[in-house]
Amino acid sequence: MITSAIIPRPLARLPWRLIFLVSGIAGFGVLVLFSAAGGSPQPWALKQAMIFLFFLGVAVAMSWLREPTMKAFVFPAYVVIILLLVAVDVLGFAAKGAQRWLDLGPIGLQPSEFMKPAIVLTLARFYELLPAADVRRWRGIWPAFAMVGVPAFLILVQPDLGTCIMVTLCGLTVMFLAGVPLWIFVAPVAVVGAAAPFAYSMLHGYQRKRIDTFLDPESDPLGSGYHIAQSKIAIGSGGIWGKGFLNGSQSHLDYLPEGHTDFAFASLVEEWGLVGGAVLIIAFGLVIRWGMKVSVNAKTRFSQLAAAGLTACIFFYASINLMMVMGLAPVVGVPLPLISYGGTAVMTVMLCLGLLMALERQQRTLSRVV
Amino acid sequence: MKMESSRRFTTVHQSITFSRRMMLLGGAEAAVGALLIGRMGWLSVAENQKYQLLSESNRVQLIPVPPRRGWMIDRRGKPIAINRSSFRVDIIPQQLVEGSQAVAEVAKILQLNSDEVQRIQDELKTSRGFRPVAMADNVPYEQYAAITVRLPELPGISASRGFTRFYPAGAAVGQLVGYVGAANTKEYEAENKNPLLLVPGVKVGKEGLEKTLEQTLRGQPGGQRVEVTARGKLIKELEPKPDRSGGTVRLAIDADLQEFAARRLGEESGSAVVLDCLTGDVLALVSMPAYDPNSFSDGVGRTEWKMLSDDPRKPLLNKVLNALYPPGSTIKPMGALALLQHGIDPDDHIFCGGGYQLGNRFFRCLGRHGSVNMHRAIAKSCNSYFYAMSNRIGYDKVAPTARRLGLGQKFDLPVVSQNYGTVPDSEWKAKKFKQNRRIVERPDWTNSDTLNAAIGQGFLIVNPLQLAVMAARIASGRDIQPRLIGVHKDPPELIGLEPKHLEIVRSGMWEVVNGDGTAGASRLPLDGIQMSGKTGTAQVRRLAASATRGQGGDWKYRDHGLFVFFAPSDKPRYAGAVVIEHGLGGARAAAPVAKDVLTFLFDRNKAMQSLAALEQQWGGTLAERTARRAAMVKAAAASAA
Repeated sequence: MITSAIIPRPLARLPWRLIFLVSGIAGFGVLVLFSAAGGSPQPWALKQAMIFLFFLGVAVAMSWLREPTMKAFVFPAYVVIILLLVAVDVLGFAAKGAQRWLDLGPIGLQPSEFMKPAIVLTLARFYELLPAADVRRWRGIWPAFAMVGVPAFLILVQPDLGTCIMVTLCGLTVMFLAGVPLWIFVAPVAVVGAAAPFAYSMLHGYQRKRIDTFLDPESDPLGSGYHIAQSKIAIGSGGIWGKGFLNGSQSHLDYLPEGHTDFAFASLVEEWGLVGGAVLIIAFGLVIRWGMKVSVNAKTRFSQLAAAGLTACIFFYASINLMMVMGLAPVVGVPLPLISYGGTAVMTVMLCLGLLMALERQQRTLSRVV
Repeated sequence: MKMESSRRFTTVHQSITFSRRMMLLGGAEAAVGALLIGRMGWLSVAENQKYQLLSESNRVQLIPVPPRRGWMIDRRGKPIAINRSSFRVDIIPQQLVEGSQAVAEVAKILQLNSDEVQRIQDELKTSRGFRPVAMADNVPYEQYAAITVRLPELPGISASRGFTRFYPAGAAVGQLVGYVGAANTKEYEAENKNPLLLVPGVKVGKEGLEKTLEQTLRGQPGGQRVEVTARGKLIKELEPKPDRSGGTVRLAIDADLQEFAARRLGEESGSAVVLDCLTGDVLALVSMPAYDPNSFSDGVGRTEWKMLSDDPRKPLLNKVLNALYPPGSTIKPMGALALLQHGIDPDDHIFCGGGYQLGNRFFRCLGRHGSVNMHRAIAKSCNSYFYAMSNRIGYDKVAPTARRLGLGQKFDLPVVSQNYGTVPDSEWKAKKFKQNRRIVERPDWTNSDTLNAAIGQGFLIVNPLQLAVMAARIASGRDIQPRLIGVHKDPPELIGLEPKHLEIVRSGMWEVVNGDGTAGASRLPLDGIQMSGKTGTAQVRRLAASATRGQGGDWKYRDHGLFVFFAPSDKPRYAGAVVIEHGLGGARAAAPVAKDVLTFLFDRNKAMQSLAALEQQWGGTLAERTARRAAMVKAAAASAA
């Protein structure tokens, strides 16, 4: 916080360190997009900068949200999003194809994105309302699973495996922190291990292929293994210091597919090297540490769980993408927030940050009041 | 829920659990972060080199620039196969404008037929952006100029200078050097899909020396290194990699002699080989008639190919290496050497009364030579003498000498193939009988087999190069090996035959031409230089089968004429063989050719004069006749189309 006589108090009270950090990450992303377009602000960099600034504004505005207001909206919002997801699935069924958007004139609305923060807040609220004694009881466990399972299923059938995994992971994180018995988490791992072959046979052709090529990328280097192979070439050829800004041949010559969206990190490392990539990962780490601190310092159970869950959401977003880009996870189509071109990831992350900032402000004001 | 009642989960527990699990979560997140940075470090530091290479091979592509094919020159440096600059038209698919009529217009200027246009369309469909597609090769200057002036309105068309193979002697070297052509699928696969072979204008050797010397002649391809996108779009040109022309190959051939011999063979179907009998250098290796390698290297039309393969004179066959003939009497000097080795006194006389009686069969001689010794038997080509004497020692004693003089031998030469024939003996016959019981009636060697082989008929078959080597080994007494590449100075080792025996045989061969012999009409028209030789006449079918005894009638049933020779008689330097298919006789058809070819080596003017007179009879020089034939082929192709 900047405390100065010149700066008006409301501004001074904003978490400036976080804003600088996030703006720095987004600025880095804009540079990558500028380079990926061959050194031009069109068509991605400029638009992405504007999207970021807009959502930064939204996030800052959200920081004045009060916890009671949040709590009041949590369950209705959750229900609305579930209904929207059902609507998307019905439309998708009607259109006989993948459907993730609701067309709302100029903007496409992707309800599954809202589900990421929503599931966190809903579960946080649920555990706040649940008597402590019930947390480890069946009646405290099954509703939580239902609350995660229903949207996860609706998203999976869209089909959007990446978002489904993220929603599930965010929900499970909140449940974990709320104190649900450990066996609840350990047992499913064993079950999943046993059921994997069966689940595998249920997957869509292209999803199955992604897992195949993850397990053995060299099996089909010109087919679906191409993404991972080219991404690894881009990262590996960058070396420690990278090939230099605007000098990435993999991205500029189109060998790296999706170099400005899902594989933007590979473009970044190709040009900025190990150093650039490490700086970015550390910056994300700092953002996450800030969020964890908000959670640790939280005064209420809701804000405690919500802050941790929202932070985990950002963490999963970034780490799934990075693992995928570096060949540690199958290609599931999760963008790198604040770096990849596209508004949805920025929106989700900034919503999470806005909520986190609101919770953080709450702590300070509360502490002042008390 | 008994368990919980015993240990209630309270808010205090809850907060302890929360902070403990929060630590766990934070630790896990940090671990993932560390894993990611570690993985990145592994990729970009430990495996940096590997990925840098992969990235470079992605980025940089090589457009191969064909190396200039190496020359073939003769022993004096005269060109035999060179490159002539020509014009070519290619398409750069990436620069083609969608929907433009450029390709169609150029096809009209070049007067391409529909097959060609179809081929171009197919190649365009499968080509990668920056790789040119060949439109036409060896374009006449007028068409090239017509396209050049219109280039600005023809995007994607490139007109450039290239090289085509040129053989100054044309058909005279056809069977020797072979020809070149664009690589076919089989050749491309055989070279592990060498991308150079797909470059427009790149030709590979298809036959003869062009094929066997391919690796020397081809050189190292250079290339324009370019940066290209994943979709094949050219971004910029990088530093080019220089090409290295193919190596020049000096042949042992004497180009002038080669051309003279080819012209001298005229309209006959035959072959001539001249060796340096001291070193084995092949000075001339001619098989006529032959295809024109210049026209073949432009691509062989179907009509032309059909006309050549239907020709009874077999222009597509190398008659020096791949045609086998019964050698007839030409092997009598060899037979005489074998007799001498096995103790036959050269002064032993045999009475020739027109043949030799073996049991109840009478083997004919072509004359009644009376009492003959070895010298006279060679000079007069007396069959009776060789029947009688060979029968005395048996053919199993003759065959080793035949092999020692090169008959039945496969030589170490850079040629596509050699048919090396048969030197028969009892062992061979028994084996042959075992393999195929139908062909040979009796598995044991009979005396009549000996008699037939003794006069160069029966099972004995050889190729003309072997006959030339035989003559060279008799002439020099050295173990001559024919050599096509390079000029050699040092004579090889002696072959290990008694010099006295060789002298007796050589004197018989001298008598053939210069005394009372069968080739008296072919004495060299030169002062102080004499030729020695031996005529031969090979039956195409059994004597009894034709009323004319092979001396007339249908061309294809006439006897082959053969002649082996060396010169100068007193100090042999050159040796060789001439075979004229269906030429009736060695003295009549082959010896005069040998005479003129040797005359050329010693007195060119005299030889050219006699050639000029002959060519007038035949209707022009070889080049003129080849051109006329090419015009005929073109007319036939046009009428067929």
